[in-house]
Amino acid sequence: MSRGPRRSTEDHPLLRVTLGVVAVGFIGLFLVLPLTMVFSEALSRGLAAALAAIEDPDALAAVRLTGIVAAVAVPLNAVFGIAASWAITKFDFCGKGLLTTLIDLPFSVSPVVSGLIYVLIFGLQGWLGATLRDWDFKVIFALPGIVLATMFVTFPFVARELIPLMADQGREEEEAAASLGASGLQTLLRVTLPNIKWGLLYGVLLCNARAMGEFGAVSVVSGHIRGLTNTMPLHVEVLYNDYQFVGAFAVASLLALLAIVTLFLKSFLEWRYADEIAATHRH
Amino acid sequence: MSASSGSLASRWRNANVLPGFGLSLGFTLFYFSAVVLIPLAALVIRPWSLGFEGFWHILTDHRVVAALRLSFGAAAIAAAINAVFGLIVAWVLVRYRFPGKRILDAVVDLPFALPTAVAGIALSTLYAPQGWLGEPLSHLGLKISYTPFGVIVALTFIGLPFVVRTLQPVLADLSLDSEEAAATLGATRAQTMIRVILPMLLPSLLTGATLAFARAVGEYGSVIFIAGNLPAVSEIAPLLIVIKLEQFDYAGAAAIGVIMLAASFVFILALNLLQQWAGARR
Repeated sequence: MSRGPRRSTEDHPLLRVTLGVVAVGFIGLFLVLPLTMVFSEALSRGLAAALAAIEDPDALAAVRLTGIVAAVAVPLNAVFGIAASWAITKFDFCGKGLLTTLIDLPFSVSPVVSGLIYVLIFGLQGWLGATLRDWDFKVIFALPGIVLATMFVTFPFVARELIPLMADQGREEEEAAASLGASGLQTLLRVTLPNIKWGLLYGVLLCNARAMGEFGAVSVVSGHIRGLTNTMPLHVEVLYNDYQFVGAFAVASLLALLAIVTLFLKSFLEWRYADEIAATHRH
Repeated sequence: MSASSGSLASRWRNANVLPGFGLSLGFTLFYFSAVVLIPLAALVIRPWSLGFEGFWHILTDHRVVAALRLSFGAAAIAAAINAVFGLIVAWVLVRYRFPGKRILDAVVDLPFALPTAVAGIALSTLYAPQGWLGEPLSHLGLKISYTPFGVIVALTFIGLPFVVRTLQPVLADLSLDSEEAAATLGATRAQTMIRVILPMLLPSLLTGATLAFARAVGEYGSVIFIAGNLPAVSEIAPLLIVIKLEQFDYAGAAAIGVIMLAASFVFILALNLLQQWAGARR
């Protein structure tokens, strides 16, 4: 930067300092301080107490359940994202704009409503409630309901990353592959996927963070059964409401670490592969 | 499914050498219907089992009205706070150079990445009467945790990235020409900012604030720990849905859910209109 006279499009130094302090202060106060608080409370009785809370069988069961839920929901939504963006970006069809808008719909729906809709279908007084009871198959207050609610709230993540990216890349490369005799599967595996791999990873990363951290939707369908249907965020709630603050914040700090790792990887992908993930298309 | 979309395909789409249209669109529509569309339809249908009067009776209940007013009111205040501070943060991140900028930029996304329950217990403890911020604030006579102010604090936390991330690319693309022209014509920097830059940013600023508002209206996890959840005082609408479900009042829960879903559709419509406006400005 030149040291010459201030350019007409530069702010006065005093304004720069003021706005800079306000921005850093606001982020520090509203974002960094709560994050610091999580770790500080977790370690308030020492590391051993925090580790003991994490090694508690109920906490470990919650970690396992969260892993299982993400392991089902994230790949399914990734496959959906690839299929949807293939259909939407490689072909023209009637209602395409509407479909693209509707895919984002779960982002606008309250997490509680996202859980509620499955209770209305699979709950005891729901559409299929009586049938499911006769079959002795539990969806609500059991794993299937938790997976479904998680799938709903993380539904758009991969698709919304891939659609603008694949729209940008056009269809020439795939058309070339097809005219040279490649099968659909070969085109997908050898041409399209290598082109979108970083965008896909980016979408999966965000999808996974939300899947593991979802609280509202899962809370409605889970029933909060300790050691059985409590995911990590729900276990945090149970401990906190039980006044077991060290335990609550210890499990919460695992989730906070997940958030930090996610942010780090996200920033890394944006910085290293900016052109290949189309992050600037996000809105 | 694929057979029917295949026959539709021949009528609807242009000639295309690429394969997999029927399969990809078929799977997309099937999965979308199964996970999103049919469950949402179940919600929309449910409250009418009470008839219109029953539906109306639930929605005009004192406690429901208070909860909806708090959810929408606190979300609007939080969106306004985020519009102001989000604009400042975006401006600082795009226009200024300083050490640690990349870290500050990454931290903005924290509310996207941090599970809401974690944010909820952290904010609640932070602003509690004995908390790091709650104690000094209580000397000023301000109670945050377990009051409607706590709801606003939580909703501000989760809404900030929407405003910043919407403004950043627009600010980065903003050409300096019009600012230079304004300065050449004798405008002060303040005049340029208010008369030239702000109007150009307005559609994106409103888009970001609407996104933050939409998210905040339905927010649950970060709010319930700090709110105190006093009926008709600091009880948000999503929590009332949960309470009604716990009482097996499915129709009551669905009635509030339908109102919130209707609000979601209004937000989507508003965002589309804002986007058209922003597009027309370019």
